[in-house]
Amino acid sequence: MGSGGKFSSASAGPTSRGSAPGPAAQSPQGLDKPAAQSSPWVEKPAQTPQRLDVLRKVTPWLFLLVPLALLITFTYVPVGNMIYYSFTDWDGVSPERNLTGVDNYTQLFTRPELFRVFFVSFYYLAASAVQIVIALYFATVLSFDLRFRNLFKGILFFPYLINGVAIGFVFLYFFQDGGTLDSVLSWFGAGGDHAWLGDAESANTSLAGVSVWRFTGLNFVLFLGAIQSIPGELYEAAQLDGASRWQQFRHIIAPGIKPVLSLSVILAVSGSLAVFEIPYIMTSGATGTSTFVIQTVKLAFQFNKTGLASACAVVLLLIILLITWIQRRLVPDEKVDLV
Amino acid sequence: MKPSKPLGVALLTTAMLAAAGCSGGSTGTGGEAKAPTDPKDVSGTITVLTHRTDLVQSGAMKKYAAEFNKTYPKVKVKFEGITDYEGEVKIRMNTENYGDVLMIPAVIGKNDYPKFFAPLGDTADMEKKYRFTGKTDVGGKTYGVASFGTANGFLYNKAVWKKAGVTDWPTTPQEFLDDLKAVKSRTDAVPYYTNFKDGWPLSSPWSNSIGSVSCDVKANDKLASDKKPWAASSDLNVIDTLLYDIVHDKYAEKDPTTTNWENSKNLLAKGKISSMLLGSWAVTQMQDAAKKAGENPDDIGFMPFPVQKDGKFCATLLSDYQQAVNIHSEHKAAARAWLDWFTEKSGYAAKEGAVSALRSAPMPVTLKPYEDNDVEYIERSEAKTGQVNAIDNASEIGLSKQDYRQKLIDIARGAQKGSLEGYFDELDQRWGEASAAAGG
Repeated sequence: MGSGGKFSSASAGPTSRGSAPGPAAQSPQGLDKPAAQSSPWVEKPAQTPQRLDVLRKVTPWLFLLVPLALLITFTYVPVGNMIYYSFTDWDGVSPERNLTGVDNYTQLFTRPELFRVFFVSFYYLAASAVQIVIALYFATVLSFDLRFRNLFKGILFFPYLINGVAIGFVFLYFFQDGGTLDSVLSWFGAGGDHAWLGDAESANTSLAGVSVWRFTGLNFVLFLGAIQSIPGELYEAAQLDGASRWQQFRHIIAPGIKPVLSLSVILAVSGSLAVFEIPYIMTSGATGTSTFVIQTVKLAFQFNKTGLASACAVVLLLIILLITWIQRRLVPDEKVDLV
Repeated sequence: MKPSKPLGVALLTTAMLAAAGCSGGSTGTGGEAKAPTDPKDVSGTITVLTHRTDLVQSGAMKKYAAEFNKTYPKVKVKFEGITDYEGEVKIRMNTENYGDVLMIPAVIGKNDYPKFFAPLGDTADMEKKYRFTGKTDVGGKTYGVASFGTANGFLYNKAVWKKAGVTDWPTTPQEFLDDLKAVKSRTDAVPYYTNFKDGWPLSSPWSNSIGSVSCDVKANDKLASDKKPWAASSDLNVIDTLLYDIVHDKYAEKDPTTTNWENSKNLLAKGKISSMLLGSWAVTQMQDAAKKAGENPDDIGFMPFPVQKDGKFCATLLSDYQQAVNIHSEHKAAARAWLDWFTEKSGYAAKEGAVSALRSAPMPVTLKPYEDNDVEYIERSEAKTGQVNAIDNASEIGLSKQDYRQKLIDIARGAQKGSLEGYFDELDQRWGEASAAAGG
C-alpha cells in the first residue's frame, strides 16, 4: 500500500515535466526560471538547444534511477519470484525444481485445514473494531483543550513505538501463571489461576488484546491528525448554534475524517488477515492460535514446501487486494467538503 | 492512489522475466576433499560456519584455531557464528558462498548432499574410524563427520527422587508414571517439565528415543516402509503415550504455555522440577546451573528411557550437527585438514561432555551411569533417513518439529478436542497417505 502510493506520486510529476517542450517552458516550481534568465553566468550558450532538450527529458529519469532500481530489486522481482515459485514444488534449497502447474493452488483450496486458520482472524478483526473505537474516542477527546493533553497523547502512542518482539516477551510474563495479570486481578479479589494462553479461546482473545494495546496508538495518531486538520472556526460556529459535543462529533468530526477512517478499516482488515509476530513469538501457533501467515511460514521453513507456501502468500495477497477493492467501491475516495 | 498503468505493467513484465532468469539452478562441481599428506603444503584462508555463537564470542574457537596453526601454519581459519543457523544457511546455500567448512543444515535433503558438499571418502573406510557416518552416506561416499554425538535419556534430580522414595530406575512407562506420582505427592517439585513454549524439547528428545523402546538399530529406517507408525506397541506409540499420560495425569507443569528453557535449568538444579527428557549434552549445562545456584552438581542424574528389552535398557546414540566441506570451496585440502583436526585432535567433544565421533575415543564421564548399569547403546542406522524425512515433510507431521506433540499435550490437558486414539489414527492416516505419495 505505502510503496504503491509513493511510487505513483513520484512518477506522475516528472513525467509531465519531461514532456514539456523547449527551454522556454514554465517550470512548475518557478524557482529556476528567474535564475536562468537574470543570471549573467548562464548567458553564454555552452550547450545546443537539442542537447538541453534531451538532458531535460532524461534528468528526471536519472533522479528516478535509484529509487526505481531499489523498488524493482526489492519489491517487484521478489514478488515475481514468489509467483513463479507458487507454480513449482521447490523445497527452498534444492537446485532442482519442477513446474507443477496449479497443483499448489488446488491443494490450498481442497485441504480444509489450510483455510481453517482464517477463523483465527475473526478474533483480530473483532479486536480491530474495538481498537478503532477506542482510538477514535481518545482522538476526539484529546483534540479539545485538556489538561496534560500531550502527556496522554504520548502515553497512547508509546506502545506502537516498542518493537513487536519485545512486546511478545513482555506479555508472555504478563500472562504467565502468577504473572502480572494474575497479581493485578488478585488486588481486586478476582485472582484465580487462569492459564490465559492455556486454551484456544482465551489464548486468541489474550493475543488479540495485545494487538489492540499495540496498535491503538497508530490509529489514534492518524485520527488525531485528521481531526486537527478540521478548521477550528467550525467548532466555534457549531458551539454558537448550540451543538453538543456529540453533535459536533457526529456532524463535523466524523465526516471530516472519513478518508482516514476508511483507510484504517482497510489496514485493520488486511492486518487481521496477516497477523504474525505477536502470536508467533508468544505461542508459535500452538493451542489453536496459528494464523494464516504462521502456517505459511511453517510450510515454507519447517516442511520445506516453499512452493505451497508461496501459493499461500499469493492467495493472501489476492484476498487483501480484493478486500481493498471492494472497500474502495463501497466507500469511494471523495473530497471532503465540510463547508 | 493509481499508478500509471503502462509503467506498472512494464515493471511487472520485467519482474517476471527476472524471475524466469533466476530459475536455472547450479549444480556443484569439484572433486573430493582429500586429507593433505604434508601439513606444511596446505595453505589458504578458510571460513568455518558454526551455530556455536557462544564459542565464537568467548574466543574459544580462536584458541582452537591457534592450536590448529601449530600443525598447519599456512592455513588461516576464520569463524562465522550464526545465531539463526538453520534459517540463514539454508538461504545462503542457494549461492556458492556458504563457507568452506559448515554444519550440514537439517533441511538439506540427504540425497542432495552430493550437490552441496565434497565427498570425504568411501563410507566403507570412514565407518571404521568414525561413528555416525551412516547419516551422511550417499551412494557409498561419506559427506560429513559428526562434531559430536549424544545419548538420549531423562535428566532428573536425584535428591528429589530420593525424597520421594525412588532409588531404582523405572523399567516400564507405568513404573515411570508411578514414580512421578510419588514425586508429586511427597515433594514440592513439578514431576515433569515439558518445555512446551520453547517447543524443541518436545521434538528432538522424544523422536530421538525411537529405537530406545524396541532396542532396534533399524527403528528409524523402518518408518520409511511403515504405513502405521503409531500402531499399538510401536516405538512412537509407546513414546507419545508416555508423554500423553504424563500430561493427562497432571504430572507436568500447570501452565505449559509460558514455560522457559533457560529458567528450567535452574528449576531442575534447585529441585523444583524432578525430570525432563533431553540428550546427555544437557548434563553439563544442568551441572553448571546447579553450581551457580549453590546446589550440588552431583544431584543431576541421567537415566535411560523407561523400557527394557530382555532385562536391558537401550539408549539411542545420535550425532549432533555433521561437519562438511563446501563443494565450491577453493581450499578443499585446508578445509579437510581443519575438519579432521577439529574432530580428532581438538578435544572439543570431550570438553562438551559428549560422545566423540572417533570410535577410539572413550565415552564421556556424563555417561558413567549408563556404563555402570550396562545400558546398551543403539547407534541408529540412517540408511533411509532421506526417505523418512521426505514422508515426514509431505505429511506435514514433523517428527523432529514441535507442533504435533504440542497438539498431543493440548489434547491430553483438554485444551483441544480429541482423544489419544483418534489422534494416533489421524497421524497414521497422514503418514500412510504421504508414504504412498512419496513412493515409500
